[in-house]
Amino acid sequence: MPLAPEFPAEAPGAMVPAPFVITARRQETADTWTLELAPRAGTRLAFSPGQFAMLSAYGAGEVPISISGDPDGGGALIHTVRAVGLATQAICRARRGEVLGVRGPFGRPWPVAQVEGADVLVIAGGIGLAPLRPAILTLLARRERYGRLSLLYGGRSPTQLLYTAELEEWAARGLEVALTVDSAGPEWLGRVGVVPRLVARAGFDPARTAAFVCGPEVMMRFTVVALAKAGVTSERVYAAMERNMQCGVALCGHCQLGPTLVCRDGPVYRWSELERWLTIREL
Amino acid sequence: MVQTLDELIASSPLFAGLPSAHLELIAGCGSNERFAAGTRLFCEGAPAERFFLIREGAVALEVEAPGRGALSIETLHEGDVVGWSWLFEPYRWQFDARATVPTATVAFDGACLRGKCDADHELGYQLMRRFAASLIDRLQATRLQLLDVYGHAARA
Repeated sequence: MPLAPEFPAEAPGAMVPAPFVITARRQETADTWTLELAPRAGTRLAFSPGQFAMLSAYGAGEVPISISGDPDGGGALIHTVRAVGLATQAICRARRGEVLGVRGPFGRPWPVAQVEGADVLVIAGGIGLAPLRPAILTLLARRERYGRLSLLYGGRSPTQLLYTAELEEWAARGLEVALTVDSAGPEWLGRVGVVPRLVARAGFDPARTAAFVCGPEVMMRFTVVALAKAGVTSERVYAAMERNMQCGVALCGHCQLGPTLVCRDGPVYRWSELERWLTIREL
Repeated sequence: MVQTLDELIASSPLFAGLPSAHLELIAGCGSNERFAAGTRLFCEGAPAERFFLIREGAVALEVEAPGRGALSIETLHEGDVVGWSWLFEPYRWQFDARATVPTATVAFDGACLRGKCDADHELGYQLMRRFAASLIDRLQATRLQLLDVYGHAARA
């Protein structure tokens, strides 16, 4: 199911960063910002849910960041970025009107069209909700084509959950939302516990369920175990992987995972394609 | 539809599949009990004489941390068991348990059930198997929680 160009380096915008202006900036959590970008010239970037772009803060570095906007939106290019290194800190510090470099989009997307007719379980941990947001928006835009839609989402604490204002809106549009956090004070009346514990309670029919999973790799491994226990086989589980993507165009090899390159063959994989490579520690 | 205590126990994941003779023995140690939101099922250090099967609602396991208030370690929900300390000496609760919303439970007399398990080792074995599965499930979840996976650089 490779949907990315066979030779991504030949795609327009693949090799040279295009200048994009920051048109809006919103703080999501203590260390995470959502940026809206518009091309300084030319047309907006078309992308599929789950694809990523290489963002560069000039003078600081370039990093792969998942696109978190609406693929049908026709508006700005949206990225949610966590400030964890020099480049991401510079990107998060950038103000409205400043310019970032953008290459892409790259990678294989969430198979939203392929799972039409199924119940879809979207499972996110931490900032893993950002790459899933375009998939959620697409599923909701075509709500009648799917069975049950559920989001199981967990974070470190209540203040570190993303898109909290949008979660209610998504629920009103037909997405069942279950939240959990790893730790909380008495003011939090929701669930405390890890994301995989939500799986057994989601109450889905495993035979007609497809799962989209994104989060820290350890969390995804535990989640896949919980899904298997609930009857969802790894052929019906899709996960977004993260490795050291640098060129984005399958030339440098930094993001190799087994016989695949995450920038080209991922970031979204069917778990059954992936699981045997994840047990080899040297990879 | 109103369920009897026997039916509630038989349909719970913890006791599902037990023979009716065992279910009757277990039901003989249980009674319905409701907790208003904010009330405690038990407190750290108090004698652990009971455990609870949540029928509806939610219970937070908490520990009081000086200067930080009550920290919630885990929340438990419909079908979950609250309390293991009744199983082993010194039979003292290690944490607080608080209903976060109006909560309906089946409360079991731990000493009563321990006595029945001593008299009927097959019942004891079956219960231990079930409690061990629940313990492993919760232990593995706790290990994942301890890893603090969101505290490190995840997908940006």
